[in-house]
Amino acid sequence: MRKLLISLLVLALVGVAAFAQKVVNVMHGWPGAQAPAFQMIVDAFEAENPDIDVVVEIVGRDRPTILATKLAGGNPPDLTPHPWIGTMRQWADQGVIVDLTDLVDTSEINPALVPIGEYKGGLYGLFIFPNVKSLIWYNPKQFAANGYEIPNTWYELLALSEQILADGGAPFSIGIESGPASGWPGTDWIEDIVLRTAGAEVYDKWVNHEIPWTDPRIKLAFETFGSLFDKGYVLGGPIGALTTNFGDAADPLFLDPPAAFMHHQATFIQGFFNDHFDGLVAGEDYDIFPLPTITPKATPDGSIPLLVSGDVVTVFNKRPEVIKFAQFLTSETAANIWSSELGELSAHVNADPEDFESPITRKAQEMLLNATVSRYDGSDLMPGEIGTGAFWSGVLDYISGIDLDTVLAAIEAAAQDAY
Amino acid sequence: MNRRKLIAKTPLHVTILVFAAIWIIPTLGLLITSFRDPTNIAGTGWWTVFPKLFSGGQYSLENYIGVLSGQSLGQSFLNSLIISVPATAISTFIASFAAFGFAWMRFNGRKVLFMLVVGLMVIPLQMTFIPVLPIYKKLQLAGTFPGIWLAHTAYGLPLTTYLVHNFMAGIPKDLFDSASIDGASPFMTFWRIVIPISVPALASVFIFQFLWIWNDLLVALIYLSARPNVAPLTLSIANLVTNRGQDWELLTAAAFVSMALPLVVFFSLQRYFVRGILAGSVKG
Amino acid sequence: MGDHRARPGRLKRIAHSVGLKLIRDPAGAVVRFLERGAPGRLLLRLIRSLVRWFRSVRWRSWSFVAPALLLIGFFLVYPTVVTIARSFFGRGIDLFGPNVEFVGLTNWKYVFTSPIMLTALRNNALWAVLFTGCTVGFGLVLAVMLDRVKYEKFVKSIIFIPAAISGVGVAVIWKFVYAFRPAHIDQIGILNAIVVALGGQPVGWLLERPWVNNILLIVVGIWMWTGFCMVILSAAYKNIPKPLLEAARIDGANEWRVFRNIILPLLAPTAAVVATTMVVQVLKIFDIIYVMTNGNFDTEVIANRMYKEAFLFNNYGRSSAIAVVLLILVVPFMIMNIRRFAKQEGGR
Repeated sequence: MRKLLISLLVLALVGVAAFAQKVVNVMHGWPGAQAPAFQMIVDAFEAENPDIDVVVEIVGRDRPTILATKLAGGNPPDLTPHPWIGTMRQWADQGVIVDLTDLVDTSEINPALVPIGEYKGGLYGLFIFPNVKSLIWYNPKQFAANGYEIPNTWYELLALSEQILADGGAPFSIGIESGPASGWPGTDWIEDIVLRTAGAEVYDKWVNHEIPWTDPRIKLAFETFGSLFDKGYVLGGPIGALTTNFGDAADPLFLDPPAAFMHHQATFIQGFFNDHFDGLVAGEDYDIFPLPTITPKATPDGSIPLLVSGDVVTVFNKRPEVIKFAQFLTSETAANIWSSELGELSAHVNADPEDFESPITRKAQEMLLNATVSRYDGSDLMPGEIGTGAFWSGVLDYISGIDLDTVLAAIEAAAQDAY
Repeated sequence: MNRRKLIAKTPLHVTILVFAAIWIIPTLGLLITSFRDPTNIAGTGWWTVFPKLFSGGQYSLENYIGVLSGQSLGQSFLNSLIISVPATAISTFIASFAAFGFAWMRFNGRKVLFMLVVGLMVIPLQMTFIPVLPIYKKLQLAGTFPGIWLAHTAYGLPLTTYLVHNFMAGIPKDLFDSASIDGASPFMTFWRIVIPISVPALASVFIFQFLWIWNDLLVALIYLSARPNVAPLTLSIANLVTNRGQDWELLTAAAFVSMALPLVVFFSLQRYFVRGILAGSVKG
Repeated sequence: MGDHRARPGRLKRIAHSVGLKLIRDPAGAVVRFLERGAPGRLLLRLIRSLVRWFRSVRWRSWSFVAPALLLIGFFLVYPTVVTIARSFFGRGIDLFGPNVEFVGLTNWKYVFTSPIMLTALRNNALWAVLFTGCTVGFGLVLAVMLDRVKYEKFVKSIIFIPAAISGVGVAVIWKFVYAFRPAHIDQIGILNAIVVALGGQPVGWLLERPWVNNILLIVVGIWMWTGFCMVILSAAYKNIPKPLLEAARIDGANEWRVFRNIILPLLAPTAAVVATTMVVQVLKIFDIIYVMTNGNFDTEVIANRMYKEAFLFNNYGRSSAIAVVLLILVVPFMIMNIRRFAKQEGGR
């Protein structure tokens, strides 16, 4: 008993005293395959800076709570990568995060990606972990076996869907369930459609609430998404989409025979189905094409608009060692570890698609570099009340059969309040 | 006689068995799922193992291996123990003092104060963090085990005090009268008489308090942190989840791994859930 | 002019006499001074009652409850006071920072008029009735019945197990009950498997608003918490003297009457405690909703709303107002408890 007590005491003291060195506290939300990759980046940094100890906390689901609480309690981590641009802007307004303008040299970040972290003339986020969203995943073997071809326009996509339907298959597998975050895969669809039916300018106005949610152009985007369900293109119909987890939603493409043929999701989804099925080969068993354009007027130059997302790095304390680590994250060393370990895209200015082993990553990286119109995920740009609240639940309500005008009016009411 | 008794008791047995069946079906599903591989889990219902229940091949230990080889699982198990055992002990101890005070000592505002304490059960913990945290930081309690013991103790006190109070208030007055004739102080009475006869009640309060602390994630993340050297088992398991979206097979195994210790505690305390000493000593 | 010269002398005299009095009878002097004016008299009354209270305090009695009160004061009372104050202020997650505005009753208006909060209040009411009724009822039935069978420990363990499962585990378990798969694919949720086996179409259980999905979520809650009610009620039941029950049976009372006339009255205080605890659980029910539907499809509850407003929407003011609603809702139950104590203590 006494031994137990002593060891408890020692442990308690160790908990307090282990931090005499210069310490950088990092909190991230990647418990999975990304965790060891991030740790390799940390190790590389510590090897260069033996006097600095980077302590990593991994908090998945509860990170918004923990971060908000610790921030309000004056006890935040030093640095965190996160996708919540809207929230980051609120933090900037409250003056709780560091303006990195003259502290961090962004010359190593792809210049197209830097502005995503800017706000009111300051730099609050370093966009170094990008993801490309506007992708349709398909199974090339099944496409070949059925004589299906990759559609280049929305109308070809619809024609293909009709053909699949006529052959007795389901064109799309959609999964919108994501536990407490349910709804977000649906908002990605809507955002991609807004970019393709109304154009980037309207998209920006919509995200900044300069046009209301009841605007006919926004309504059209919802209806376009809804028509996939109305026409019976979605595996399991509305209930199927609402009850399928996003992580499982690509699985039907790989069943024999396939239960569905196409799936709309960002680059990260390959991690999921590769986990569920052994031996899939990128480029052979699965491949991607961009969601085609819809209205020519919305995309005058004919290029395909790209929806991107990913994590920006925000700094809460401006001690030199923290800034040093933030700077290191933008380095080629860090970017290479990230993309070679995970097959993720690179934000580094020198990133060359040819260097990537996976044909998927190569394609996506090319899209990222070549896109003339790219926009960050709108739901992450909106205030939390909309982006993680009314928009998510609005999409769910709409798919579950609630009248669209009612849904849009509800989101608009919340938006009136939030902006 | 025996046969008649058996027939008379049939409805009783049937009702109990129906309850037991309904309660165990979801858990059984979880148990079976935890031994199946992911493709089977996603493909067919867990009950499909029954026709060929004992044929091998449909079961595997993969999920458990996956969970047990997860990041710093041993450390986090130990951390959970270090967090929950002292916190449960301290809170049960303080609660039994308070319960006795509220039940048998006389002072002004006793009832209102007691109801205030109980009513505070309703405060959502999330709302308490932000005011408390800056003070914790100043006192250098943030990130320490004593810090989280105190927090868990305080958060558990309203309910534990309430439950123990209910038991102690039911102790017959004669017991105290005879004790005070013998000249025992309230403290002696409490220690020598009340605590021993309250063991069954304390045991049941202990087990639930232990469970709640064992299963807590939020309080630990706030007052300790997610650092591997202090984070509890619940964090390892939560990170197992978010991580891959929905790896049901790992989650199911993880649920059993995290349940194991609380169940051991429950079984070992079950011998206290017996006919109490009071039952024999009291006249109606 | 003469007055002018006399004034210092008179003041000196008064000062002198006051000074003397202060030395001879300090308390009396202060008292007499204070008695001259109404505010003074009020202050005096206050001081007197404080002194009386201080003398009457039984410090030894307090020493039993003091540790608990100190901890609760710091971790619960103080934040509650802050929360109440914060509910009159606006957006932002910080407490009273420079960017936080006073907004008066705006948050309160939202709490009692917005459609989503009204849905949440309705759902919590539904929870309160069904969840509390079933958990306490089942717990009572099980506690009494299990005492009569030999396999008591075994069944008790089965009913108890759900209490040991963490929130995440519960969500997974019930996914295997409520899961939906399109009709032509094998069902993996047992409820839909039964429906399909009986020739029906699979149902998206958690989407069937507003009654089916709410009730199915409440079922999960009942499954989790009945074990708690059973253990506590069983502990109380085992304190009922067996001879008492035997005597009644020998007198020819049937089992129902024994239950109704002897067991139930003796278990009533514990049942009331357990019921109060369940009501409180209902008010702050969060985990089940958060992981299973997150309040979508008309299943929102108060505590989940509070969580979202604070930590996802950065609106700590509104979140505080919602938290205070919980506090207000619990007050009637606490008053009922106080009445019950009075009766109980009067009876012993």
